[in-house]
Amino acid sequence: MADTAPVWAVVLLPFALAAAAVLVAGFDAVLAAAAEGGRPGRPLRAAPAPLRAGLRLLGQQPRRTTAGDPWLGRIGIALVPVAAVLAGAVLPWGFRAVTDPVVGVVWFNAMEALAWAAVWLAGWGPNSALSLVGGYRFLAQGLAYELPHMLALTTAALGAESLRVGEVVAGQRGLWFAVWMPVAFAVFLLSALAMAFWGPFDHPLGRDAAGGAAAEYAGVDRLVLLAGRWLLLVVTAGFSVPLFLGGGHGPWLPAWAWTLLKTAAVLGLLVAGRRLLPTLRMERYVEFAWTVLVPLTLLQALAVAIVVLER
Amino acid sequence: MPDDVVFWVLAVPAVASGAMVFRYDSMARATYALLLSLLCVGGLVIRLGLDYLGVVVILMMTIEMALMAVFMVMFMMNPAGLLPMSMVHNKRGAAAVSAAVFVLLAAGIVLAPWPGRRGKPDADPTMALGESLMGPHMLTMMTLGLALFTTIVATVVLATGRGRYDRFGDDLCARRPADPVRPGARR
Repeated sequence: MADTAPVWAVVLLPFALAAAAVLVAGFDAVLAAAAEGGRPGRPLRAAPAPLRAGLRLLGQQPRRTTAGDPWLGRIGIALVPVAAVLAGAVLPWGFRAVTDPVVGVVWFNAMEALAWAAVWLAGWGPNSALSLVGGYRFLAQGLAYELPHMLALTTAALGAESLRVGEVVAGQRGLWFAVWMPVAFAVFLLSALAMAFWGPFDHPLGRDAAGGAAAEYAGVDRLVLLAGRWLLLVVTAGFSVPLFLGGGHGPWLPAWAWTLLKTAAVLGLLVAGRRLLPTLRMERYVEFAWTVLVPLTLLQALAVAIVVLER
Repeated sequence: MPDDVVFWVLAVPAVASGAMVFRYDSMARATYALLLSLLCVGGLVIRLGLDYLGVVVILMMTIEMALMAVFMVMFMMNPAGLLPMSMVHNKRGAAAVSAAVFVLLAAGIVLAPWPGRRGKPDADPTMALGESLMGPHMLTMMTLGLALFTTIVATVVLATGRGRYDRFGDDLCARRPADPVRPGARR
C-alpha cells in the first residue's frame, strides 16, 4: 500500500501541483464570470484568465517601499509555494506518494505551519501598515483554525492507528473516514479554506485593507505569493482525499483516477462554496472555533478512540 | 559520508543563525533567525532517527516563533531595526558568562564517562515514545500538563484587564457578556 513513487515523481510534483492550481484558478475565473452574468457559454472564455494575469504579473516591475525589509518579505513569499510543495510530497496519487514517511501526517501539518508563518513575513516585509495588518490577520486566523485542524488530523490518524499517510488510506478500504468521522472531515475542509486564506477566510488579503498582506507586492513577488496560495488550496484540499475520502479506493476505475476525481470534487466544492459566504472577521471565528469546534472535534476523537479500542 | 554531509549542512546554519539572533537589530529578523536555527535542529533530530520528535520540533517551533514575533514586535523599542540598536546588553559580563558556560558544557562533554549503549534502539521510536509517555510516565506527563495549563490560565487571568467577572458580573450569571465589541459565538 505504502509504495514510494520513482525518482522522477519528485521533479514532476511541483508541475503537477501547478497545473492543478491553474485549472482550479481557471474554474474560479469561470464562476466569477458567470456570476457577473452574460450570455450562456460566455463565462467559459474566462478560463485562461489566471494564466493571462500571471503573464501580466511576470512583465510587471516589482514594487519597492521605503525602509522595508525586502529580504524577509521575499523569504516569506517564497516560503508559501515551497511549503505547499513540501506538504504535497506526502500526498498519495493513487497509492503512491513521492515519499511516505512514518510521520507523514505530522509532516504535512508542519509544512502548513511554515506557510502560516510565511504570510506574516510577507506582510511584515514592505514596511507598510496595511500589509502588516494583513499579516497579523493571518496569524489570528491561524490561532482560530489550527487547533481544530490538528484535532481533525489526529482523529484520522487515530482511526488508522498510524501517522503514515499510506496506512491512513489503507485503513479506509471498507469505509471512508468521512462517513464515521463527519465532524473531523467538516473541520478539515473549513481549515483547508482558512489555510489558503481563501473564501470566507480571506480577511488577511481583504479588500478593506487594500489587499492586506499582498497590498505592496507587484510583479513576480505578487505572482509567487498568489500562486503559492492556490498551491496551498490544492494541496490542503487534496490531502482530505487520503485522510477522509479513502484515497485511491473505489470500484472500476484505477486508483489514480479516483484520487483525481475526489480531489477535483473537493476543490470544486471549496471554490464554488466560497462564493456563498461573506468574509469572516477572525475574532468571531476564534470564539466559534474555541468554544464550539474544539469540543466537537475532541468528542469526535473520543468516539473514534472508543471504536478503535473496541475493534 | 552522506550522513556527515547532512550533519554539517544542518549544524553550521543552526549555529550561524543562532549567532545572528544577537547580531540583527530587527526583532522580526532575530525571531526568524532563531526559527531557522531551530528548524535545522529539528532536521538533526530527524537525522538521529527520531522522525516524530524532529517533525514535532519543526511544527511547534514554527508556530511558537511566529507567535513570538508578534510579542517581540509589541514589546521591543525598535522592532523593525530602523534605529541603531544592539540585541546584546552588558556585553562584557554576557561574554564572560557565556564563555564560562560554553567551557563548562564542552568540558562536560569531553570529560563525562558516557555509558555505552545497552540493548538496541526500538524498531519504531514513535511507538516507543508514545508507550513511554502513556505508560510508565503517564502520571508525570498528566501532572506536568496540568501544571503547565494552570500556569497559562493563571498568567492570562492575571494579565488580562477584562476577565470573566468583568464580562459576566460578579456572580457570573449575566446572560450576555458586557463587552465593548460583541463576541462571535453568542450573537
